[in-house]
Amino acid sequence: MLTLMIFLPLIGFLINGLVGRFLPKNVSGWLGTAAVLGSFVLAVMNFNLLTAEAGQLQSIHQKLFTFLHVGSLHVDFSFQFDRLSAVMTLIITGIGTLIHMYSIAYMHEDEGLYKFFAYLNLFIFNMLVLVLGSNYMMLFFGWEGVGLCSYLLIGFWYKNVDFGKAARKAFVMNRIGDLGLLLGLFLIYSTYGTFEYQDLFSKVFNNTDTSLNVNTAIALLLFIGAMGKSAQIPLYTWLPDAMAGPTPVSALIHAATMVTAGIYLVIRSEAIYALSPFANEIVMWIGLSTSILAALIGLKQNDIKKVLAYSTVSQLGLMFIALGCGAYTAALFHVITHAFFKALLFLGSGSVIHGMHHEQDIRQMGGLRKKMPITYLTFLIGTLAITGFPFLSGFFSKDEILMSAFAHNKLVFGLALMSAGITGFYMFRMFFVTFHGTYRNHHHAYEKVHESPLLMTLPLLVLAVLSVIGGAVNLPHYLGEGISGGLHHLLSFDGGGQFSPILIYPEHAVELSHTAEIALLAMAIGVFVIAFLYTRNKYVVKGSVPEADADQQGMGKVLANKFYVDEAYDMAFVAPLESASDVITEYVDEKALKSAVDGVGTGGYGLSKLLSKIQNGNIEYYLLYMVIGISLLLAFNLF
Amino acid sequence: MSLLSIFNQVEISHYIYLSTVLFSIGLFGVLFRRNAIILLMCIELMLNAVNLLFTAFSTYMGDADGQIFVFFIMVVAAAEAAVGLAILVLVYRNTRKTDVSFLDQLKG
Repeated sequence: MLTLMIFLPLIGFLINGLVGRFLPKNVSGWLGTAAVLGSFVLAVMNFNLLTAEAGQLQSIHQKLFTFLHVGSLHVDFSFQFDRLSAVMTLIITGIGTLIHMYSIAYMHEDEGLYKFFAYLNLFIFNMLVLVLGSNYMMLFFGWEGVGLCSYLLIGFWYKNVDFGKAARKAFVMNRIGDLGLLLGLFLIYSTYGTFEYQDLFSKVFNNTDTSLNVNTAIALLLFIGAMGKSAQIPLYTWLPDAMAGPTPVSALIHAATMVTAGIYLVIRSEAIYALSPFANEIVMWIGLSTSILAALIGLKQNDIKKVLAYSTVSQLGLMFIALGCGAYTAALFHVITHAFFKALLFLGSGSVIHGMHHEQDIRQMGGLRKKMPITYLTFLIGTLAITGFPFLSGFFSKDEILMSAFAHNKLVFGLALMSAGITGFYMFRMFFVTFHGTYRNHHHAYEKVHESPLLMTLPLLVLAVLSVIGGAVNLPHYLGEGISGGLHHLLSFDGGGQFSPILIYPEHAVELSHTAEIALLAMAIGVFVIAFLYTRNKYVVKGSVPEADADQQGMGKVLANKFYVDEAYDMAFVAPLESASDVITEYVDEKALKSAVDGVGTGGYGLSKLLSKIQNGNIEYYLLYMVIGISLLLAFNLF
Repeated sequence: MSLLSIFNQVEISHYIYLSTVLFSIGLFGVLFRRNAIILLMCIELMLNAVNLLFTAFSTYMGDADGQIFVFFIMVVAAAEAAVGLAILVLVYRNTRKTDVSFLDQLKG
């Protein structure tokens, strides 16, 4: 059942990839959707098996075959379905199904539709391998696989050169992170001699001899991998560019699932991180700075998807803050709720783009609420959820992160609260500019703007419901002990004497008094209200429109240009590399190598021209050569 | 006096000289004459020079193996002459010449 769950999307990929071009569009679309839906159903069944009332299981193991066996290195191609994998699997296949469904309508005009679904299915398969592998090699296998699918899907509209470049950028940046991950894996193997999670973590847990430095090095190297995949400073610039891909891709890969692989990696490696306070501090500060930087940039972006992209980077930063504080449950909780509302927001933006016929600039929109009521309503819910409107999902998960930050370090708490506050500003700005005010696009008549078909609005509605009630997964203590902390209990299940591979160490319980908690809540709500009122006043009451890029001044200009990070990277890395390759092209390739290769050709040609004179067709000469040859042979034999 | 003893009276070196001369005549004939018929005759000459040497050594060593070889060579030579002459007839029909230096169609 576990194997079928993982391989269903691969089967979908093979069918669509091999014979998809001969199938009608609807068939390939529904086929791809059905593969993921089947996977989701099996995931639910497996989850029930895992948490059945009678006899809970720690994990379900399944070994398919030996992956690698070289010397003392032994890696199995095996899967492990435990609580952490289960949560990730449910998110991936559940949201994956909705987004597949949405894509059928969104991509219906595209001639490469079968290819799109093939890539999406391949992505789901690789993502499942990533979260379900029972050792780091399987994780790495999936990790590279999702990187590949991300590249293919960002560059899906490959005829546009810029999109191709964005895909390449994402791929190269991820490669840098992957190098860190790979080095971390090598270090794990040379230190502990195994990749298998269960063996490894029991060794880490029981081993007191190994110096802490090794664990710190492993943790930091793994974190470099996480930085690449989860778009943290300094490797975050690929994610906003990745919005070149079709919107469902942005929703599935670059918001809900793939980018959370870095979070998954850190949670999975909790045993190692727990031994290294230094690495945790690094994780926290990187997360914090990414979160604030991305939120600030988000304030001045005018492309509807770019705003969401920076918001994603910022939210991922928040998750890393939680990880750095040791609040693993809070991080995973935010992964879940973020998957709901960010998928919703991206799909909503896709619906807007669809209705506006591929217009992405929010300055060209406005007043869409009357034309697209369902999109408007669901987008509103998504916006409220992400900005922390009380009792929506984002409110609970974000506050849990803030509270663990407060318990850890007051300064971090302040900065994280600021970042969460900025979220409100840029989200409401985008929301009001898009849906309120007056319509501003002169190229495209207001009358032609239309609501999206049911196939697109249905996933929006489902995700909107999830965004509202998603907080129920892990309610805070102050709402009552009986119903709270569901996710926490799930993750810290001790396996009834078995060795538990997730959350080996008890989490630092956030011991805050109720007054402190309520004060913190009040602060979070206060920030939310300020953001809401300020943006509403500016964009709805006064009806101002974000200025054109050229009119930006001072700080606004810096923000609109994303702190010139891309330019700096271009100057520091891209330009030197390009000039180096120019030099190599000109001197090594064009001159040295080309003349060497050509020399072999011309030399051979000249020689054969010379030798072909011998074959003049005159039999007497042939006989003469024969006699000379035989005489020479005799001569050699005699002397 | 038997025939064999007459042969034995001639020294082996004379046979060698004779067959070397015959072989060389054949060889140079092949190399420097143009007429295909003469070429074939020269080839026969070379083969027979070798045959002579074989029989001479055979008698000298008191071993019949060399003579058996000679029979084989004669058979092969006859076949070769037949094939060669047949080719020659065809060449002559096509070109009205037996001069091999005109047959240079196979040059590279």
